[in-house]
Amino acid sequence: MSSLVTSHRTRPPAQPATLRAKRLPRYAAPVIAVAALLVAAGVVYGLGIGGPVLVVVLGALLYLAGLFTAANAVEGRRAARNRTWSALIHSAFVLAVLPLASVVWTLVSKGAERLDGDFFGTSMNNIGARDANGGAYHAIIGTLEQVGIATLITVPLGVLCAIYIVEYGRGRFAFAIRFFVDVMTGIPSIVTGLFVLAFWVLIVSPWFNDGQPGFSGFAAALALSVLMLPTVVRSTEEMLRLVPAPLREGAYALGVPKWKTILRVVLPTALPGIVTGIMLAIARAAGETAPVLLVAGGGAAINFNPFENNQSSLALFVYQQAGEASKYSPARAWTAALTLVALVLVLTIAAKLLARRNRLGR
Amino acid sequence: MGETPHRSAHAGTGGTRVTSGHDWPAGASARFAETSGNPRTPTGNGLGGGGGLPRARAFGAERAFRGLTVAAGAAVLVIIAAIAVFLIAKAVPALQANTEDFWTFEGWFPNDNPPKFGIGALAFGTVLTALLALLVAVPVALGIALYLTHYAPRRIGTGLGFVIDLLAAVPSVVFGLWGRDYLVGPVTDLSTWLNRYFGWIPIFGDGPYGNSILLGSLVLAIMVLPIITSLSREVFLQTPTANEEAALALGATRWEMLRTAVLPYGRPGIIAAVMLGLGRALGETIALALTLGSTYAISFNVLTSGGNTIAANIANRFAEANDTGRGALIASGLVLFAITLIVNITARAIIYRRREFTESAA
Repeated sequence: MSSLVTSHRTRPPAQPATLRAKRLPRYAAPVIAVAALLVAAGVVYGLGIGGPVLVVVLGALLYLAGLFTAANAVEGRRAARNRTWSALIHSAFVLAVLPLASVVWTLVSKGAERLDGDFFGTSMNNIGARDANGGAYHAIIGTLEQVGIATLITVPLGVLCAIYIVEYGRGRFAFAIRFFVDVMTGIPSIVTGLFVLAFWVLIVSPWFNDGQPGFSGFAAALALSVLMLPTVVRSTEEMLRLVPAPLREGAYALGVPKWKTILRVVLPTALPGIVTGIMLAIARAAGETAPVLLVAGGGAAINFNPFENNQSSLALFVYQQAGEASKYSPARAWTAALTLVALVLVLTIAAKLLARRNRLGR
Repeated sequence: MGETPHRSAHAGTGGTRVTSGHDWPAGASARFAETSGNPRTPTGNGLGGGGGLPRARAFGAERAFRGLTVAAGAAVLVIIAAIAVFLIAKAVPALQANTEDFWTFEGWFPNDNPPKFGIGALAFGTVLTALLALLVAVPVALGIALYLTHYAPRRIGTGLGFVIDLLAAVPSVVFGLWGRDYLVGPVTDLSTWLNRYFGWIPIFGDGPYGNSILLGSLVLAIMVLPIITSLSREVFLQTPTANEEAALALGATRWEMLRTAVLPYGRPGIIAAVMLGLGRALGETIALALTLGSTYAISFNVLTSGGNTIAANIANRFAEANDTGRGALIASGLVLFAITLIVNITARAIIYRRREFTESAA
């Protein structure tokens, strides 16, 4: 602005002064802030209606009002609006960072308490309310097996489904599939848990379990794969759409059949993006508690066999320890939560880094 | 959700389709007709163009692969239908055994003889907590997204955006644990304060405070905050720079630029993000099972300990449920499924319709 004004020096000197919009001085905002806080403190402590938190809240509101009034008087209405919204957007950021930072801090500080070999090497078998030790070995095994099986089920199904939508699908049927994949993203995890409970645990599993409903890690894997499927389909679909058409056409021109083009040209090109989507889906599935709670049963002992008997998982372990009355269980819950978050974050970060190296870009 | 980059012109066009426009150059047909009679016959010695193409085999790899992808696509529809069918199949016997009105009875005694249970209070609590959570989370989330994309320095914006993406992946059980162990203190203080000075508003009722709808909604809000933020941030980033610069060049302030260029462009994406957040909030299980007080009454009183949601109720009551009890929980899950299905289908319909007009972000 100023350079613009100075470049017109040849004109009569009165012109620049009127062209330049009036602006609040730089010190105005801090001054208003301090004044607002002082007034708020005076009101709050004078009337005795609250503590420091209320002072900050009231001070922020007064600051917004004061800023608007001052800017309105000096700079005009539009600039005043701009300043107020800017302040609001900045405060939204601060407002949200506080609880999220608190979550992270609590997680790390409380979780470090039981971060020892015992925790990763033992199960909760024969651990009573008065025992300080005990660990999540069985839960970690459960999580890995369940998520692994769920991935094995979901990835072929999801990738093939996405191939259908992008490469073959035409008309209403393809549209319906796309639409319902979108809808499926919103199905609550507990509903998928109930579905597998009704379908697998209560109806199918009694056939080979002496008529008794059998909870198992495999049932949890089924529920998790229903949850993962829409994520995998959507991300694969997006990636396949990004594959440049000339690549396909080049393959067709060489006489390569369509299925071979898809498997040898399109999929490899889109592979990094597809893997990213799959890893994000795995990360989400690993953190799910509700379906595992309903269909895996959650045992205290180590069970390597996902097809028989109860299994636990890390997320379920956190929930169960949180509900237990022992004074040692909160520490176990927090450490398991920290382990779970670490697992999920490693997967997510790896996925994001892979996405960054993706040649197709977004 | 659903930032599908809109279809590039050729992506997904099939094999023969792509070339069919070119293999008959102007005047070619007449020439082919002279030299080789019928160039389309597979046995004929075609000179070029489509002449020598072999006929598609009835049971070749192409058909098999295509069939495989169709089956995978159909599996999505089958799964959605199966969810509804199996939930209904298990819910009906319990509903028939119910001696009270399923929609209005406020209580949950499905294990008694005769069984009595009603969904009214649970459905009410589900919708209330989800809406309260969105009321808190959406403005803040949009504020953060705008801050990260348009106010923060580029480096900070990218870095913090990455952190927010990571927070979106943190499992809900962690937020539940944090809410139950740490947020409950400040919320109790806030409840006491609100009740003392605003107790005349009916929603701020008397104690005991703590595990209230307020706590549940706040935990839920903090949980969906990163999800809505990261989705709407991506939407805001996709606004064409030309639109923003045009607004600024016309003399718009930064806020006016956001209001006239960024927000309208991103509206479908924002709606999608909010709806996805709503879906998450409606279906959230564990965070609410850990923070709510589990009562069965329809009450707008957000401060008093109590409140319940369909999903939290399933998690809390599943362990003790007998056969009818499971059926009752499955029936409640069916209601939750229906609610989320309606929300999702509405959201998708809005987005799909808007996409036709704007061909933009979502």
